[in-house]
Amino acid sequence: MSERVIAELQKQIEQLRELSRNGLDLAEEIARLEAKLARLCLDHTSSPAKANSPDEVWDWERVKLARHPQRPYALDYIKLIMEDFYELHGDRLFGDDAAIVAGVARFDGQTCVVVGTQKGRDAAENVRRNFGMPHPEGYRKALRTMKLAERFGFPIFTLIDTPGAYPGIGAEERNIGGALAQNIYEMFHLRVPIIVTIIGEGGSGGAIALGVGDRVLMLENAIYSVITPEGCAAILFRDAKKAPQAARALKLTAPHLLQLGVIDEIIPEPPGGAHLDPPQAAQALSKAWQRHLTAVKDLPAERLVSARAERFRALGVFEE
Amino acid sequence: MAIFGKKYFKVELDQAERRDDEALWMKCKACNELVFKKRVRENNNICPKCGEYFFLTAPERIQLLADPGSFEDISRPIVAADPLGFVDEDGHSYSDKIKRAQEETGLANEIIVGRARIDGRPVILAVMDFRFIGGSMGSVMGEQICHGMEIAARERVPFILISATGGARMHEGILSLMQMAKTSACRKRLAESKVPFISIMTYPTTAGVQASIASLGDITLAEKGALIGFTGRRVIQQTLKQDLPEDFQTDRFAFEHGIVDRVVKRESLRDELIRILKFFV
Repeated sequence: MSERVIAELQKQIEQLRELSRNGLDLAEEIARLEAKLARLCLDHTSSPAKANSPDEVWDWERVKLARHPQRPYALDYIKLIMEDFYELHGDRLFGDDAAIVAGVARFDGQTCVVVGTQKGRDAAENVRRNFGMPHPEGYRKALRTMKLAERFGFPIFTLIDTPGAYPGIGAEERNIGGALAQNIYEMFHLRVPIIVTIIGEGGSGGAIALGVGDRVLMLENAIYSVITPEGCAAILFRDAKKAPQAARALKLTAPHLLQLGVIDEIIPEPPGGAHLDPPQAAQALSKAWQRHLTAVKDLPAERLVSARAERFRALGVFEE
Repeated sequence: MAIFGKKYFKVELDQAERRDDEALWMKCKACNELVFKKRVRENNNICPKCGEYFFLTAPERIQLLADPGSFEDISRPIVAADPLGFVDEDGHSYSDKIKRAQEETGLANEIIVGRARIDGRPVILAVMDFRFIGGSMGSVMGEQICHGMEIAARERVPFILISATGGARMHEGILSLMQMAKTSACRKRLAESKVPFISIMTYPTTAGVQASIASLGDITLAEKGALIGFTGRRVIQQTLKQDLPEDFQTDRFAFEHGIVDRVVKRESLRDELIRILKFFV
């Protein structure tokens, strides 16, 4: 399967880059491999529209990896990383939304609260979990459990993997926009550490509503965007099939987001993507969580929340 | 007056005429009657024949709400950059799009922030203009809203946001999404300073803005005829492949589902604000 070949090539390029940082001139060799990789990706791309540049192919490849049906989901990481996850249900107002899982767990010898958007592995589970697209009650359950965390001084981990909040009548009737706004706002108030990780798809408002934190991490092949590439293509390029082009234009991959200051760190995935070796992906994630939690957990709450607000206050690019 | 393209420029309210005002007559989209345009403008852009609302530009909105001569533009002198180097299908760059919007509206940005008085009471007004790329929120709007809220918090003056927006601005990608968090972070400072925030949702207030700052008011009003929601009607229809209720995402829908405190007629908005402001002295 070409995915493995691609992964192998990627690894080689990475190794060469590493070597060239130590003073070896390998630019030519790297360029050669990159060209090969681009050609391979192009052949591998099953996208309906013909992709143009190698960069475009590569970004679209990442989108596909982020949505890969075998990719580890929130519950997979929780099981692999946390010691004892005790799931809590319901928003106490309307119902329970299985597109968001939330609960208490043990991580690195302490109790924490973990919240994640959750996709289904098969058709039946996807129906139950609404393909990972939460309703307002999901976000309100998330907020309820995050407030529980604050009450007891537990750190919060959020795992984001959603195409977006659900576009439906019930969601609108129960004010999905208001629920997202409330979460974003309240997360600036929570006086405990919040570590956000984009593990798959970071879909727009449905993602940022769990995305306010002291650290924002992102798995190597995850994406994070204001709109899906398909949605952007349909509106701005007047053709949803131009999604690969839109994916490129939106700069939704981890390296771009790091450059824009939106995320703090890229967590490396096993060659070829997290789905090829979930335990290894989980281990890398766990180590990063440990490191970042250690860095923020002893900060006074006052400093924590003011730094969190400052961090997001500073985001944006404009001209004087 | 304006150097179009890069630099910021202030708006002179009395010179902020509409570009399409050369035509003397217009046809009302609701009653199909031919109406004298000047009469429509004088009537707060409401059809004199049938009462249909036409949209208001940001300068018109300010003139409707603020005491005459009291408005002072205090926007930060910034304009949109093109952080992603975004080019659309027709080869138009985002920079070109901004430039065109500036020329068409006579505004530097999609939002104007200023000091004003309403029945003598000082307020900070932040007003969106839908003509300017759908009043969409990118880095500039996020910054201007924060700027306005910070001044309001510092001076303990009520903050009034009037939304007319399709949501986040795609051309700035993730940075637009981040404005939802940025404005919400600043909203917290208003609350800490005990400064009231009145959010007025007009036609339309949707997506990224409805899902952040517009929904965080102490008091939330819908202007009559407003469209309020997160996901656009068309997208929901495509997803569900079924017809939506007639009143879906209308002012009435928002009121009946508890999304807004009140629905207010355009001609009563100023009086409504005067009444509300009296409670917060």
